Amino acid sequence: MPAETTPAAADDVDPRSLAEVPAEPGAAKPDPILVVDSVVRRFGGLRAVDVDHLEVQRGVITALIGPNGAGKTTLFNLLTGFDKASAGSWSFDGHPTHSLPAYKVARLGMVRTFQLTRVLARLTVLENMRIAAVGQRGERLARAMVAPLWRAQEREVTERAMALLDRFGLAAMCDEFAGSLSGGQRKLLEMARALMVEPRLVMLDEPMAGVNPALKQSLLAHVKSLRDEGMSVLFVEHDMDMVRDISDWVVVMAQGALVAEGPPESVMADERVIDAYLGAHHDVSLETVEAEIADETDEELAADD
Amino acid sequence: MDWSSMVGGSLQQALGAPAIIYCLAAIGLNVHFGYTGLLNFGQAGFMAVAGYALASLVATWGMSFWVGLVVGLALSVVLALLLGIPTLRLRADYLAIVTIAAAEIIRQTIGSVTLLRYFGGQDGLQQFVGTFQGLNPFHNSVTIGITTWRPYDFWLLVVGWTVVALCCIVVYLLMRSPWGRVLKAIREDEDAVRSLGKNVYAYKMQSLVIGGLIGALAGFMSALQNSSIVPSQFATDTTFFAYTVLLVGGAARVLGPVVGALIFWFLITFLDAFFGDATQGAHPLIPTWIMSNDQASVMRLIVMGLALMLLMIFRPQGIFGDRRELAIDAR
Amino acid sequence: MRVRLTAIAVLALVLLGFVLAGTATAQAATPTVGPAPRAATPARAAAAAPATADDVIHIKGKLIDTRFTPPRPVAGVKISVSQGSKLVGTATSDSKGSFSIPIGNGATVLGETFTVKIDTSTLPKGTALRDPKKVELKQRILLSSDVFITFPIGNNPNPPTSTAIQGVQLFTDGIVFSLLLAMASLGLSMIFGTTGLVNFAHGELVTFGALIAFAVDDLPGTIQIAGANITIFVGILAAIVLSALFGWFQDRVLWRPLRHHGTGVIAAMIVTIGLGIFLRNLYQYFAGADNHQYSQYATPTPWHFGQVLVTPKEVAVAAFSAVVLVAVTLALSRTRIGKATRAVADNPALAASSGINVDSVISVVWAGGAALAGLAGVLLGMTQGFDYQLGFKILLLIFAAVVLGGLGTIWGAVVGSFVIGIFINVSTLVVPAELKFTGALAVLIIVLLVRPQGLLGRAERVG
Repeated sequence: MPAETTPAAADDVDPRSLAEVPAEPGAAKPDPILVVDSVVRRFGGLRAVDVDHLEVQRGVITALIGPNGAGKTTLFNLLTGFDKASAGSWSFDGHPTHSLPAYKVARLGMVRTFQLTRVLARLTVLENMRIAAVGQRGERLARAMVAPLWRAQEREVTERAMALLDRFGLAAMCDEFAGSLSGGQRKLLEMARALMVEPRLVMLDEPMAGVNPALKQSLLAHVKSLRDEGMSVLFVEHDMDMVRDISDWVVVMAQGALVAEGPPESVMADERVIDAYLGAHHDVSLETVEAEIADETDEELAADD
Repeated sequence: MDWSSMVGGSLQQALGAPAIIYCLAAIGLNVHFGYTGLLNFGQAGFMAVAGYALASLVATWGMSFWVGLVVGLALSVVLALLLGIPTLRLRADYLAIVTIAAAEIIRQTIGSVTLLRYFGGQDGLQQFVGTFQGLNPFHNSVTIGITTWRPYDFWLLVVGWTVVALCCIVVYLLMRSPWGRVLKAIREDEDAVRSLGKNVYAYKMQSLVIGGLIGALAGFMSALQNSSIVPSQFATDTTFFAYTVLLVGGAARVLGPVVGALIFWFLITFLDAFFGDATQGAHPLIPTWIMSNDQASVMRLIVMGLALMLLMIFRPQGIFGDRRELAIDAR
Repeated sequence: MRVRLTAIAVLALVLLGFVLAGTATAQAATPTVGPAPRAATPARAAAAAPATADDVIHIKGKLIDTRFTPPRPVAGVKISVSQGSKLVGTATSDSKGSFSIPIGNGATVLGETFTVKIDTSTLPKGTALRDPKKVELKQRILLSSDVFITFPIGNNPNPPTSTAIQGVQLFTDGIVFSLLLAMASLGLSMIFGTTGLVNFAHGELVTFGALIAFAVDDLPGTIQIAGANITIFVGILAAIVLSALFGWFQDRVLWRPLRHHGTGVIAAMIVTIGLGIFLRNLYQYFAGADNHQYSQYATPTPWHFGQVLVTPKEVAVAAFSAVVLVAVTLALSRTRIGKATRAVADNPALAASSGINVDSVISVVWAGGAALAGLAGVLLGMTQGFDYQLGFKILLLIFAAVVLGGLGTIWGAVVGSFVIGIFINVSTLVVPAELKFTGALAVLIIVLLVRPQGLLGRAERVG
């Protein structure tokens, strides 16, 4: 595995590309893979998302952070076609995607995971992987009944799936029902499955939520290896250690809007970010708030399980 | 109490046309509900459309039997599209409500006095099985073990179970393919499938059409069974019976509906005969203050309702289901 | 644990049935047509209804108005039987629409022909024979057993009133039905709103209320206060209370354990189907398949408002349900438990974290929803009579109303009920009466196409 696990790894990937970018909300990037313009999502009277302009750089890891209710997941849902924006437009790699249904967005190469893992419980781990391959001939109804038409391709898909399962340490469980995996294993499976789609931009919604510390390091390494293989990563995360560790660029949202952007070190020290997180409680340290947020997330997960 | 005639009669039902009809209806529901997770509560509507297309084209409009079959199948596809287009993008419960409503619309319209000339109102239609009877190679009654079949019934049985076998093969081939894998994935979590680049809506529609087509075959059998067709054959309860058959045998299993239909019809007929016998005569086995002869006739429905509930709660994977799956269900 | 609870549930339901049993076994003994599909048991059919061979032979019949579902009996109509020019006997149809005229000993009348005539001038206003020319029937006695005849009564082929008057009449009828439908729909919508359960056994809660009131009504004697017969009011009260208990009980022993077990929406829906079949046939077991009427107010004399007819009973039923509906909607918006209910419906997790006991709120909702449904059942039974399928027959209309208004919204259920209730009545101006339900269900599907969240529902994320 090419990834390094030291914090310094963040500086590995061609720092020149983002070095020139000003650390301000809505800053233009030299080579954006995702460009978002004036996106608004209203729920009743509430503006859950109201983003003027956002660009996500190709080939780097971008973190999207912000306090609870900042609209991060809603923005994710909008960009991936899982929710309908009240207004606005965005494009992925030059294709306008704001009016596309979720499955077309995914086929273009922008694949997401979910905050609460969505494995297909009564399918085996291997089937979970196989299903994610795109362009399968056997998925056409007209050809499905004639196995010779798709058997060769199925073998290729299986090989690719097994290779990925091997890389994520799940190969031994390939015949288990996915429903019997532990929470952390499900996170791994979901990430591996996303890779089966052969994405160019991977969007991870809280990849560390509910994962035990032992598994965190391996997940971090996996995320970094995605970048090293040339994929772009955009992730929502509450775990500030992870954000500091692996992100090349950090975008901060609060109350639906962008409040700050920049490299991790400078953003973490930014007055506006601390404001956004702390609100009125100006005297509390950022660490305390992080801990609180982590607690809340755990509670949410507990409630949803 | 005449046990051997009760067992014989029950076996006759479990092997004959009633079981075939519900078996086919349940195979269709298996594609919808068992594999795709679509809650079609209007399978009776698909059956009615096909059965009445066959009966009325032959009996009312004097067309050929074969044209009737083709039009029946075509109309069930149309019905699937009509129901699917508005509802398959909505939550699961909307499909349930719309399909059950559509089935009732169809039944009430077909049975109406207004359209008496075409569909025969509540008395239904007869005189449309000539072609099918003409093909019958059996001229004498057939006895197998303790069951005896009239020539037409045996012909129906042979054709019926052949159709069931073909449907099972089709379902088996489809569900082991990548196409079937997508259906099963949609049943588990359609958002996840969408996030992987599959057009969930199109797959659901294909599933609805295929299950509806198999439902249409059940409708044909229902029309051929007594050589006549009436609206009450396609009441809402018909769909619910088919669900019970499916759950008894086990949803998402190729042979589940077959096993379910055999067990269901054997037990239901047996219960009916038992309670009928036990409440008959001057000194019935069950005193009349507990159960009269008329009350005995609703016992099977009471038992069936209870069975449907308990199966869904305790053994949603069927009587012979996989324990590993149960472990996941109970999570 | 869950196994035991379910077993208790089943036992208790059977016991509830026995409460009804004492009152209704008489009805159960009459031959009935079982629901399809039915296996052939010819032996039993033949054993039923032995003829009274040596006795006096009667010409019997039942006058029913087939425009309604279930058909309403037509009372107070004169029927006469004559042989040649000789009048043999006359009778007037009773509260159940039945009449019976003795025509002589079996041996003497065998082979004779009798003429049965209906006096059309005694038909209630607004009704007429389906076939106006068929006022006389010739009947030859071929067997020494009673003869049954019918005079189908239905739409007046030549309405004396204008379309406008007819429209107003139908609109008025529609309002009355809408109010009853609204109570049933509100119950369904509240339960859906708080638990997400689409209850296909809701119709059986409606029938339950009607049956309880019938059981009270059928007790020997009458209940009186200061000389006034209040049996039916006691019946209504009993129906409300026992329905509420029944709803609460259902939640405690069945739905709450399933919720805690994490049973999915779809699985739960199939459980409601099973429960519906079970209860419906249990009702038939104990109450028979006959159409029942409450003893009081069986044949009301209508009030005339211009040319529009309204019976005092309809006015009372409508006023009572209107009061109940207003009270319930006010309670939902003003009282603590009402606010808690809406909070749970909005977001159960948030409600729980702000100190609301979600489970007990849901129990209250089940009790309230069942009480509303039960009350709707009694009042429906009062206006049109009922059988064991009363609730099942209107279940789809309830769904249509609730979905039309917006699943889970309180006002949506009420508004949807009015749209459906008025539509099915007024539409008979142009649509054959037998297809009025069909029209309502078609409206439901069209609305779903155009506005899936219903008239008052909030747009939610779809597909």
